[in-house]
Amino acid sequence: MSSCFQTLSDYGLRSIGYGERLLPKADITLCEQFVLIGSGMIWNIYFAVLALLLGFFFATVLALGKNSNLSLFNAPCRLFIFIFRGSPLFIQFFFAYDLFVLLPRLGFDIDLGFLVVTVETRWLTKAWLGALIVLFFNTSAYAGEIFYGALRAVPSQDLESADAFGFTGIKKFRRIIWPTMLRLAWPSYTNEAIFMFHATTLVFFTGFPAWQQKGDAIYYASYFADKTFNPFVPYPIVGFYFILLTLLIIGLFGLINRRLNKHLPTNERKRLRFNKYNLIR
Amino acid sequence: MFSYCVDPKTLEGLMWLSCYVTTAKHMSFYFSFLVVMGLLSLAAPLAMAFGFAGATASRSTFRIIRSLGKGYLAMIRGIPDIVFFLFIPIALDQAFEYLRHKVLCSDVTEPIRQGNDFVVCAAAKLPLNTASEWVHDIYGFFLALLAFGFVFGAFAGNVLSGAMAAVPKSQIETGEAYGFSQSQIFRRILIPQMWIYALPGLSNLWMILIKATPLLFLLGIEDIVYWAKELGGIKTGVYEYPHPDWRAWYFGVLMIFYLSLTYLSQSVLDKISTRLSQGQATMAGKAG
Repeated sequence: MSSCFQTLSDYGLRSIGYGERLLPKADITLCEQFVLIGSGMIWNIYFAVLALLLGFFFATVLALGKNSNLSLFNAPCRLFIFIFRGSPLFIQFFFAYDLFVLLPRLGFDIDLGFLVVTVETRWLTKAWLGALIVLFFNTSAYAGEIFYGALRAVPSQDLESADAFGFTGIKKFRRIIWPTMLRLAWPSYTNEAIFMFHATTLVFFTGFPAWQQKGDAIYYASYFADKTFNPFVPYPIVGFYFILLTLLIIGLFGLINRRLNKHLPTNERKRLRFNKYNLIR
Repeated sequence: MFSYCVDPKTLEGLMWLSCYVTTAKHMSFYFSFLVVMGLLSLAAPLAMAFGFAGATASRSTFRIIRSLGKGYLAMIRGIPDIVFFLFIPIALDQAFEYLRHKVLCSDVTEPIRQGNDFVVCAAAKLPLNTASEWVHDIYGFFLALLAFGFVFGAFAGNVLSGAMAAVPKSQIETGEAYGFSQSQIFRRILIPQMWIYALPGLSNLWMILIKATPLLFLLGIEDIVYWAKELGGIKTGVYEYPHPDWRAWYFGVLMIFYLSLTYLSQSVLDKISTRLSQGQATMAGKAG
């Protein structure tokens, strides 16, 4: 047991570059597999959380744009959503990586007042930025389509009441349209969030290199499967971690869902359940 | 391909390009598009079969079969599909070899798992070491196909079991009132009526299946992604057709291929949906 604590301190943060440099090679223990694959989950969570947080706002913009009557806003939003929803994420990763590699290597100094940061274009060829951008665009497009559908489904009575009470412009959107849109979209959006977490497993199988063997959960799982030639241990461990994560997401989004539905009579509230949501992206 | 392609170094412009895109390797690249279409046309019915079995099992009156079916349908919600794509082909391969080893080489007493090795006798290897290249290719494709069928079967099973649950209860009770047996109700009432409820989910599933086909690359099959990487990489002067890094172009072509495939599918599916909702007591049916 004490050796497993040792393994935890050696490999617990291996995926972000702390601890033992060399990966276990021979006599791989169950503990090592659990710890290292769990360490890889840091990357899956990093990608999905940031992409979802940023994508949430961009998706709202895309949905409003697609709903706009002005073709200046409408056309680019439609095209963006079509491109990212119509092609495989796997190909998007390859395409984006190969484009980023072709960019000239430049550095820009950005003065933050207290600190000067040099932003370099070569960061785009690293997974932490390049893959994050692809995931951000991808989830924005899918969530944008979900929000657009919800926006179209906002009851006209709500809008008429808003007009009657003298709500206009930003205030009408902020107080009436947006909360209802979110409430209607929330079950599908939960589904999208789960898919986003699952989609992060693709990153290190595309062009983006796992520099110094800092990879995600499935990167280490396939490493162990190759080394031990036994797929029956590492892949179920990944599955175990992801089931935990999925349950966590449903719990968290369920809390938000409860808040969004708070004003409704109890019999009209919809609950999020593991076995009830529509699982198709 | 063309007679003037004998010495590519002397060619320029369109002539060079016409020779470049007709090399033997490019022909393999074009053939791999057919492999994708082949996978789609085989995986879709296989997934429907798996899904149908899963959905039926999850409604079974036997508790063990029911929980097996429900577990099969539920696991895809929590676990990323890539895990299954990596796991199933290698697990199946080892399972087949293990069984063949037990049957064909029963006299070998050494354990199969020796440390980090998986050792079966030569006669149990799949495919046999003596088998030709194409047998290995077909076997790899077959394992990949099973993985696709299994994963998308779970997706389809969820859609179908949802559709079965959506058929109005009164229809089934009417069947019982007329003295239909359970299997008659299943075949004559439940199955014919569920399709309209299953259609939106199944169309969606078809789109996901299209977008999952490049994952063949992960299974070690020489598919379009493999060839795009291979052909697009920098070719120095030692090659017949030297060119800089063109991978972005090749993947651009793949993007266009998939966008047109999904666009085309969407318009066909929209037509089917309009056709099937004609005369139905729904908003879509009455609007027409």
